[in-house]
Amino acid sequence: MNGLTFDIAHLLAGGLVLVSFMMLYQDRLFALINVFAVHAIVLALSVAWQAYIQDAHHLYVTAAIALIFKAIVIPVGLHRIIQRLGIHRDIETAVGIGPTMLAGIGLVTLSMVLMLRVTSGADPLAREDLAFALSIILLGLLVMVTRRNAVSQVVGFMSLENGLVLAATGAKGMPLVVEISVAFSILIAFIVIGVFLFRIRERFDSVDVGALDDYRGEHR
Amino acid sequence: MTAFSLDAVAAILLIPVVAAALLAALPNYRLAAGLNVAASLLTLLAALSLFVTDRPQPGQYLLVDDLNIVFIVLNAFVGFTTSVFSASYIAHELDTGRLTASNLRFYHAMYQIMMFGMNLAFVSNNIGLMWVAVELATLTTVLMVGIYRTHEALEAAWKYFILGSVGIALALFGTILVYMAAQPVVGEGTNAMVWTVLIAHAAHFDPALLNVAFVFLLLGYGTKVGLAPLHAWLPDAHAEGPTPISAVLSGLLLNVALYAVLRFKMLLAASPEAIATGPLMITMGLTSLVFAAFMLYRRRDIKRLFAYSSIEHMGIIVFAFGMGGPLANFAGLLHMVMHSLTKSAIFFTVGHIAQVKGTQNITEIRGLTETHPALGWALVIGVVAIAGLPPSGIFMSEFLVVSSTFARHPFLAVPLVFGILLAFGALLLRLTGVAFGEPRGSTAPAEASYIPMYSHLALVFAAGIYLPPPLVAWFQHVAILLG
Repeated sequence: MNGLTFDIAHLLAGGLVLVSFMMLYQDRLFALINVFAVHAIVLALSVAWQAYIQDAHHLYVTAAIALIFKAIVIPVGLHRIIQRLGIHRDIETAVGIGPTMLAGIGLVTLSMVLMLRVTSGADPLAREDLAFALSIILLGLLVMVTRRNAVSQVVGFMSLENGLVLAATGAKGMPLVVEISVAFSILIAFIVIGVFLFRIRERFDSVDVGALDDYRGEHR
Repeated sequence: MTAFSLDAVAAILLIPVVAAALLAALPNYRLAAGLNVAASLLTLLAALSLFVTDRPQPGQYLLVDDLNIVFIVLNAFVGFTTSVFSASYIAHELDTGRLTASNLRFYHAMYQIMMFGMNLAFVSNNIGLMWVAVELATLTTVLMVGIYRTHEALEAAWKYFILGSVGIALALFGTILVYMAAQPVVGEGTNAMVWTVLIAHAAHFDPALLNVAFVFLLLGYGTKVGLAPLHAWLPDAHAEGPTPISAVLSGLLLNVALYAVLRFKMLLAASPEAIATGPLMITMGLTSLVFAAFMLYRRRDIKRLFAYSSIEHMGIIVFAFGMGGPLANFAGLLHMVMHSLTKSAIFFTVGHIAQVKGTQNITEIRGLTETHPALGWALVIGVVAIAGLPPSGIFMSEFLVVSSTFARHPFLAVPLVFGILLAFGALLLRLTGVAFGEPRGSTAPAEASYIPMYSHLALVFAAGIYLPPPLVAWFQHVAILLG
């Protein structure tokens, strides 16, 4: 593998981690969704680059799904939902930005140390992709636990799925069945979430998951 | 002959799909409930026919072997009895207006899609396909848990969805790592995800990568098994969804995730340099057992109580498989089957009790054996069985787990027995009030279907007294396969 192709793949995957970090400190819903759209665009570029260097044409489909569905359709849809629900104000973050960023740095370090150590025998590009992918997954989890708003939890979950797609495309020759299934499951997941958001809206006039927290089943 | 057997596999997958399509289009709920029962019965027959026909050669996607037949038949059987129970349960829900006819259309279609997902997870020979199937089954149950659309149901479904998705995402990452480990040995492409190919070559895989993969898979699928500390979704989902769904969640869906863990455990066992998976599973199993046993004491909601009991029993099962060896594996398999049958019977009973009394609050349900003898005694028998008293099948399997632990690691037996006794105490404590206390609440006669619950309980006690030798031989064979 020549240096340039490797560097570009590295740049794109690293960029994805960087965008994940950007999500951590967005305190407005619209901004968060815009950053997610950027995340999806970088993912699409990264997958397309993998498709090009691996000469695996089916990966272009995955890239197109990421671009059209995750970078355009979902952000536009979420914008609409937010407007309709009238919640385009601040996000209530459960944890402050400083500690969140520190936790994020810790998680990325952890995944680098872990993945680079155990994959010493694997192809260098796949190794780095896996390490980046695990970082993105963990950062996605972090977004989910530090937010209390249902929409931002959903965004966190989708960024986590982006990390999975990066891992799947980095694994050379992974069968198409998995990529389609990942894209497909995101679609289903989104429908599920959409349904839930509307139901939650219907019942409580709020999508703040914290508002649901009073119920623990033991206070009847 | 092979073609016929392939048809049996196709049947257990196609019948639910076709039924789901029909049910989605059928507005009449009585007819739909009947069709749901019929489709489940057909699936059960197709599953049973797997025993007698020759098995197809394992392909790139599908596989039938001695291990998964047990799971498939159990799945189809409980799926069938639950559909019978569901028919009488939903009639009451419709009368009281908790569900509407259009809800039911959705509910029935989802029920069959869930059965499809679970069956697909069992017969898949491809770890990617298995993941897709588990995810499908999860999503359908999420939708059904939220079907009442009450405050509590939505919170439960949301929590289940978020935790379940995170679990499933970790499992996918683990799956990708397994592929990465296999790819240099098996070569690129679909073959590196085919389980039978993987296990044949597992000895040459990079052990470090496999280890990390297993940790992710155990955490991911373990979330779905309901292992502590990843169990938070389970009590809510059981308590707030329709009771037939609680029955299939406890009786079947937990098994699906467990099956996935077992498959990967076998994979690691085939690689001599990989870590021993036993200690990890033993730790998680014991933690779940002891934690759930303590939590049982504080429950005030009857469905939540039995949901925690499911966590406890999954803990015992995972512990048994973690111990490994022919005896402990045998005990784990038996316990899994017995737990599925007993717990779904208990949920059938509890579902009708909650309908009759109009509440799930334990303090408001009293003296059932006087007001509703058939339901009350079914609950007594069910709790006696689930608490592990002789002569139930659970007594036998728990006895086997404990005795094999004493023989090999006496120190581990202490927390194990402690947890089992603790849970035993909690369940009997709750049972006395509910079954024998001063009658309280509605005494209206119950319109219940007793056949599913009593047939399950009869099977559990029959197994405790006499296990047919062919079944024992089969389980022993599978236990050796599990290593």
